Amino acid sequence: MDSKKSNKKAWLYLAPAIILLAIFSFYPLLNTFRMAFLNGYNGMEVVGGEKFTIGIQNFKTVVGNVDFKQYLKNTILLCVITVPISTTLALLIAVALNSIKAVQKVFQTVFFLPYVTNSIAIGMVFNAMFTQVRVGSLVQTYGIINNIIGVFGIEPINFVNSGSTWGANMFVVCFYIVWHALPFKILVLLGGLQNVNKQYYDAAKIDGTSKTRTFFKITVPLVSPMLAYVIITSFIGGFKEYSSIVGIFGETMGPAGSSGQMNTIVGYVYNMLPKSNLGNASAASLILFAIILVVTAINGYVSKKKVHY
Amino acid sequence: MTEAKKIKAGSGALNVDASKKAQKTAKIVRLVITYLFLAVMAVIIIFPFYWMIISSLKTIEEYRENVPTLWPRNIVFENFRTAFEKANLIDLFLHTLYVGVVSTVLSLIVTVLSAFAFARLNFKGKGLVFGLLMATMMVPGELYTITNYLTVSGSLPFLSEPISALDITNTFAVLIVPMLVSVYYIYLLRQTFMQIPNELYLAAKVDGTSDFKYLWKVMLPLSVSTVITITILKMMGAWNSYIWPRLVANDDAHKLITNGLRGASFATENGDTNYPAQMAAVFIVSIPLFLVFVFLRKYIMKGVSRSGIKG
Repeated sequence: MDSKKSNKKAWLYLAPAIILLAIFSFYPLLNTFRMAFLNGYNGMEVVGGEKFTIGIQNFKTVVGNVDFKQYLKNTILLCVITVPISTTLALLIAVALNSIKAVQKVFQTVFFLPYVTNSIAIGMVFNAMFTQVRVGSLVQTYGIINNIIGVFGIEPINFVNSGSTWGANMFVVCFYIVWHALPFKILVLLGGLQNVNKQYYDAAKIDGTSKTRTFFKITVPLVSPMLAYVIITSFIGGFKEYSSIVGIFGETMGPAGSSGQMNTIVGYVYNMLPKSNLGNASAASLILFAIILVVTAINGYVSKKKVHY
Repeated sequence: MTEAKKIKAGSGALNVDASKKAQKTAKIVRLVITYLFLAVMAVIIIFPFYWMIISSLKTIEEYRENVPTLWPRNIVFENFRTAFEKANLIDLFLHTLYVGVVSTVLSLIVTVLSAFAFARLNFKGKGLVFGLLMATMMVPGELYTITNYLTVSGSLPFLSEPISALDITNTFAVLIVPMLVSVYYIYLLRQTFMQIPNELYLAAKVDGTSDFKYLWKVMLPLSVSTVITITILKMMGAWNSYIWPRLVANDDAHKLITNGLRGASFATENGDTNYPAQMAAVFIVSIPLFLVFVFLRKYIMKGVSRSGIKG
């Protein structure tokens, strides 16, 4: 009797969360699978009793779509470029921060700054830094970044304006993503470093181990759980990348005249939505889910072998 | 120590001194490189903020100079007025504040109740339900968005017509209700609750205190800092949300600040972008976040270091 009563009470406490999750998470999950496997599904059942056939037509359409291939390529490249760069930089910064005493707190504060920002808003700032200012068709300035690289004798590059190349756009997007990804990673890795037992380093010092060797043989293995964690989260974040690009290029997801040049898988899903291509949107989102699952699994497998706990 | 080694050590007294010196120089060089590296990275991190601020204070003529100035020659505040007018920032701010406050309060209620159930109550299927909830953290939100978009516009499955009475697009409710439950917040608060010793709960039970009273009088006061963390992250979520609002409530009466900022046109009469005004708008939108950063940083850091979820 008593356990029945406490069961009931627990469910009462959980009810609001469970009901909301059922409507806005569990049902959508199932419904996405349903829509993805109904050929050409457009959101509503056909009037007059005709049924959508079950099949994998939506997946074929999505995979065969030229735009989707381009967006998939963009997304994968974004991940492959930004994750190693931001992780390495964050590790170096964290190690550097951990090795100093004076003004450590000041630097730590500065490096956390990009975390508390609006990714659309700061994306617009990055756009402004890279953009050529034109009045009519006349270029007035090539943008501050071009001025800076000009100091090193590099010719002005059209980074984000109309006519800019895919590579130039990619550079700007990756630069922004790395910049934005640093604070979280530095925070996690520094936390890991500060928990490392100092005895390991003292032992290495007595043995006369070189700094480089200490870094690769002691520091990296000891923070490897945190490294694995930031790598997996940034891969997942990278595959879901969307709003950074909206910040830089706006809804067109590319420079003027080449809209969609920088679009991603998530962007493809949202492109399909208002057009009621819901079957395709669902199929694309399931492909994204599958990619994330595979990446997570690979990461889990690799870390099991390499991570020291 | 053998005889030979002793002799060697003796004659090497000078060498030891020299090598100590070399070690000291190496240490200094390493320190200089470390600080230099950190300083360069810090400049790269700060530069966009610096550029945003100085650009918002320039006249458009100065902004368009061939070689941009690194500090405005004439500081003007006119861009801020233009920004407020062109982007309708006050309305956007009020909408966002409303959505942020209401969704934070409701979300906290839901989170506290379920975190309490998971942390303190025993019931059948607890492990299963908790596992199920945790598993949803793996699923990308885009998967939900498609169906939720249909649900809030009244399109239910197996019907051929949307039900217009269920259409809640372009309301504030649509911006609040679907986002109320965050499994991550439940998890975070449950962890905090679990740290409170069970003896307190049992003692309260013996005294005949009700569960609800215990939650309200003992557990919540002991978990204030996690509650603050959740509040900040939730408020920042409203401030920074972009995709869902654009999809379901992008009319002028409900538009949120980020959508308004990205959608606003900052063109001059000739159709060129008025970058100083745009940067002023970006600056204004960033100010509340800067304040959060300055005063409440430690709460966010606490939440962040436990997860990869962005605010």
